[in-house]
Amino acid sequence: MTAPPPAAEPSATPPAAEEAAGDSRHRPFGEILRQSVLEGNTVTVTVLALFTATVLGGLLTAFTNASVLHAWGSFFTAPGNAVARAWDAAAGTYVALFEGSVFNPHTVAALFQQASLPVAVHDGYLSAVFNPLSETAVQATPLILAGLAVALPYQAGMFNIGGQSQFIGGAIMSAWLGYDVSMPFFVHVVVCVLGGFAGGAALGWLAGEIKARTGAHEVIVTIMLNYVMLYLLAYLLSSPSLMQAPGSPNPITPPIASNAHLPLLAGTHLRINAGFPLALACAFGVWWLLNRTTTGFEFRGIGANASASRVAGMNVERNWALVMAIGGGLAGLAASTVILGTDFTLNPQSFGTYGIDAITVALLGLGRPGGVVAAGLLFGALHAGSPGMQASTGTPVQIVQVLQALIVLFVAAPPLVRAIYRLRAARAGGVGTTMSKGWNA
Amino acid sequence: MELELRGITKRFGPIVANDGISLSVAPGQVHALLGENGAGKTTLMNVLYGLTQPDEGEILIDGKPTRFGSPRDAIAAGIGMVHQHFMLVPVFTVAENVTLGIEETGRAGLLDRRRTRRGVRELSHRYGLDVNPDALVEDLPVGIQQRVEIIKALVRQANVLILDEPTAVLTPAETEELFRIIRQLRDGGTSVIFISHKLREVQSIADTITVLRRGKVVGQRTPPATEEDLASLMVGRNVQLRVSKTPARPGDVVLRVTGLAVAGEHGELAVRGLSFDVRAGEILGIAGVQGNGQTELCEALMGLRPAVAGSVTLNGVDLTRASPRDRLRAGIAYVPEDRKEDGLVGSFTVTENLILDTYDQPPYASGLNLNLSEIARNAAARIAEFDIRTESGAAPAGTLSGGNQQKVILARELGREHKVLIASQPTRGLDVGSIEFVHRRIVGQRDHGVAVVIVSSELDEIYALADRIAVMYEGKITGFRGPGVPAAELGRLMAGGADDGDDGDDGGDGVTEVPGGPADGEAGVPGSPDSPDSPDSPDSAAEAAALQEEP
Repeated sequence: MTAPPPAAEPSATPPAAEEAAGDSRHRPFGEILRQSVLEGNTVTVTVLALFTATVLGGLLTAFTNASVLHAWGSFFTAPGNAVARAWDAAAGTYVALFEGSVFNPHTVAALFQQASLPVAVHDGYLSAVFNPLSETAVQATPLILAGLAVALPYQAGMFNIGGQSQFIGGAIMSAWLGYDVSMPFFVHVVVCVLGGFAGGAALGWLAGEIKARTGAHEVIVTIMLNYVMLYLLAYLLSSPSLMQAPGSPNPITPPIASNAHLPLLAGTHLRINAGFPLALACAFGVWWLLNRTTTGFEFRGIGANASASRVAGMNVERNWALVMAIGGGLAGLAASTVILGTDFTLNPQSFGTYGIDAITVALLGLGRPGGVVAAGLLFGALHAGSPGMQASTGTPVQIVQVLQALIVLFVAAPPLVRAIYRLRAARAGGVGTTMSKGWNA
Repeated sequence: MELELRGITKRFGPIVANDGISLSVAPGQVHALLGENGAGKTTLMNVLYGLTQPDEGEILIDGKPTRFGSPRDAIAAGIGMVHQHFMLVPVFTVAENVTLGIEETGRAGLLDRRRTRRGVRELSHRYGLDVNPDALVEDLPVGIQQRVEIIKALVRQANVLILDEPTAVLTPAETEELFRIIRQLRDGGTSVIFISHKLREVQSIADTITVLRRGKVVGQRTPPATEEDLASLMVGRNVQLRVSKTPARPGDVVLRVTGLAVAGEHGELAVRGLSFDVRAGEILGIAGVQGNGQTELCEALMGLRPAVAGSVTLNGVDLTRASPRDRLRAGIAYVPEDRKEDGLVGSFTVTENLILDTYDQPPYASGLNLNLSEIARNAAARIAEFDIRTESGAAPAGTLSGGNQQKVILARELGREHKVLIASQPTRGLDVGSIEFVHRRIVGQRDHGVAVVIVSSELDEIYALADRIAVMYEGKITGFRGPGVPAAELGRLMAGGADDGDDGDDGGDGVTEVPGGPADGEAGVPGSPDSPDSPDSPDSAAEAAALQEEP
C-alpha cells in the first residue's frame, strides 16, 4: 500500500493559489510587513485602537477644561487661541501622565543640583528619578496577575468573570496568614503568597467544578461568587472575633507582620517589590504551560474545539475545573501582591476594581501572556501617572478610566477600527470575535 | 429563455477561479456542472446570479448581453438560485418565507396572506411538491425545506433555476424525489443548472454535462457518458472509482458488540439492541439512511455516549464502560463522521492535529513536557507518507481542503497502534481523487489484519469497501448481506423491510466472502432484523428486549 505519486494527486487548491503561496516566501520583508499591516491583523488593530483612544481622550480632556471652553467661546474672534489652548490642555495631560509613570525630567535636574552623588542617593533624589517606573511596576503587578487569571481560562474556552471573588479569596488567605501567624522571615512571606494562591484557586476550582458537574455557565457562576465573596469579606471584616482588628472601629484587619511583607527590590524609597518579578515569572509560567506542556495542549485543544478534544480522549470537564483553579490561583496571587506588597492590611477597598480591570487587561493583551504583561504595564502606567496628572493639570483622574474604557471599546470592536482606518478585514477573526466567542461556546 | 455565458473570467487576487468559461443552457434542459471542490462551479454561479461581477466575459439572455449588478437584477431576468445552505427563516411559515421580500399587500398596506398561501399551494400542486404553506420551516425535513427554496424561485418567475449541490444534504429517497421534481420542471419549460460533484447523479438527471477543472471547461458530454470518462475529465487523470481489493481473509473476532442500546440526544433510544462481530482483516460496512442511529452507534463504540445496555469487547476485553481515552489506548482508531467538529481542532496547526490523541504519550511527551522536535519529526513523516497538501506543518488545519483534512485524521489515527478502525462517512464531501486515496488506505488496513467498521450512507462506498454489509434502520440491524447483494435488496432493508430469507442469505454470505471461515455465518450474523431477541448471548438479548418496551 503506497500513496499515489504526488504529481498525480489532485489538489483542491487551484494551481494559481499554490503559486501565490510559493511567491510569498520570496517577497521582500518590507512588502510582507506592509501587507500584514494592511490586512488589519489583531496587533495592528490593537495599536490603532490605542492611538484612537489617545486622540479621543485628548479631545475629551481639552473640551472638559474650563479655560479651553472659555477660549472656544471666542472662537470666531480668535480661532488660533482656542485651538492652541485645546492642544495645550490635551498635551499637558499626557505629558503629566508620562512624567508620573515613566520619567520626569525635573527629578533628574534635582539630582544634579545636589552637592555630591552619595548625598543625593542618600537623600532619595536618585530614587525620585526612578519613582515613576517603580510606581508603574507596582500598579502593573496585580493587573498582570489578574489579567493572566482571565487569559489562561480563556485559552481553554472559559470566560472567567470571577476575578473579584478569587482576588478576595486570595486576599483573605494572605492577610490571615500574614497577621495571625508568626513565622521566620522569607518562610512567612512564601507561605502567605502560597496561601493567596490557594485561596483564589479554591474559588476558581469551585466555579469550574460547578460547570463540569452541572453544566452551569461559568459566567453566571463566577459573577454570583463575586457577590458571595464580597459580602463574606464584609462580614469577616466587621466581626471582631473573626478578622477585624481588635479595638478598631473600622472594618480592617490587623497589620501584616513585617516578616510577611514582600521584599523591596530597590531600597526603602521605592515601593517596587518582589511582586513584580513574581508577576513576570507567572506570565512566563503561563506561556510555558500553554505552549510547552501536555496540560496546556489539552487546555488549548478544549478551548478551540471541545468536541474534537473529547473524541481525542481528553477529559474536558476535569480540565475546566483545573484551568479555573489555576486561573483563580493567579487572581489570588494578585491579591497577595497587594496585601503583602503595598497595603499591608485588608480592608473593603483592597480589591479595588481588579476584577473588572483583569478582563480589560486580558482583552487588550489578546488573551496571550506576553500581551497581558504589555497591557498590564500600560494600565499600570495610567494608574501611576493619574494622581500627578490631576495635581499638575487639574484633569480629573477619572479621565484615565475613560481612556481605559475607550481603549477596550476600540479593541473589542476591530471592525470599527478597520472602518476608521480603511483596513481590509483580517483573515483570522479579530480580538473581539475571539473574545465574544466565549459567551456562546 | 436561452442563457449563454461567454468567456467568463473571475480572479480573486492571483487565483483565477473562472478562466474563460463559455456555456449555453437551452430552454427546458437540465444542464449539469460537474467538477471537484474548488473547480470554480460555485464562483461561476455567483457570477450568473449577480453576487460577484466577472472580470471578463458576458452573460447573454436570448442573445442580448446583460449585466447583473446584484441578485435583484438576476431575479428580474428570471434566474433563481437554491443555495447549498438554505436561506430560510426557520420560525416563519412556508408561505411567509416564500413571500419574504415580495410581500403582497392588500388594502391599507396589510399583508395579503391568503393570496400568498394560494400561490404556494398552486405551485406545490402543479409540480407535485407537496408542501403545506402553513407549516413552520423549522419543523420541516431538509428535503422539504429545499422545495420551499424552489418554490421561492418559481414564485419570482424563474426560468432558469440554479441548484448548488442540491443532493449534499438529502437522503437517497429525497434525492429521487428531487429528481422527479426537476424532471417535471424541465418538462414545464424551466431550465435547470445542476451543480454537483457526484457522477451518478449527474448521469441520471442531466441532458448536458459540462465538466470544470481548475476554473476551465475541460469537456462537455451528453449522457450516457461513462463514469470513468467523466471522472478522469474531472480529476485530470485516470481514477479508479472502485479500488481493487482481494477477497477478505478474516481472522479471529476482534470487536464484538452485543445487544448494544444507546440513548440519543433527547433521551429516546437511538440504538436499540444491536449486535455484530468484526473479525481481523475484514471490513464490515454499515449501510443505512442517515439518522437511523449510526451516529449514536459510533459515539457509543468510542465511549462518547454511554451504553444503556449491552456490551462492547475488544479481543475479549470488556470496554463497555471505558473512557474514550482508554478505548483509543486499547487500539481503536476512529475517523469521526463530522471531521471539522469531532476530528480536528481547526485553529491548531497540522502538526498539532497529528498528535491530537497521542500528545501525552512517549515520544511526544516526557512528563509534563511536550517534546517539540519529536512532534515536528512525526508531522513531517506523516505529511510525506499521506501526501497531505499543506503549506507547512504550521498551517492551521482548518485552512486545508476537506480531502487533506481527512488525510490528517487518517494519518493520525492509522499512525498509532490499533487493532480496529471505525470510520464514519469517511469520504463525505471529498472529491473523486481523495475518495480513491481514502478507500485505498482503508482496504490497506484490512489487508494488514485490522478489523474495520465503515459506516456510510453512500451505497457506492459500501459496495466499494465492505466484505460484509449490515443494514441499519431505526437503531436496529435489519439484515446482514454479502458484498454482492443487489442494491434493490439493500434499499428494501434500509427502508425497514422485513428480512425474509435471512438464513439463506447469511449462508450465502459465509460462502462468498470467507472461504476459510465457515463459522462466520453464525458468529458474525447474530440476529434477524426485527427480533433482537436472538443475538449471541441470551442475557443481553433479554436486556435489549426489555429496553425496547421501556420507551
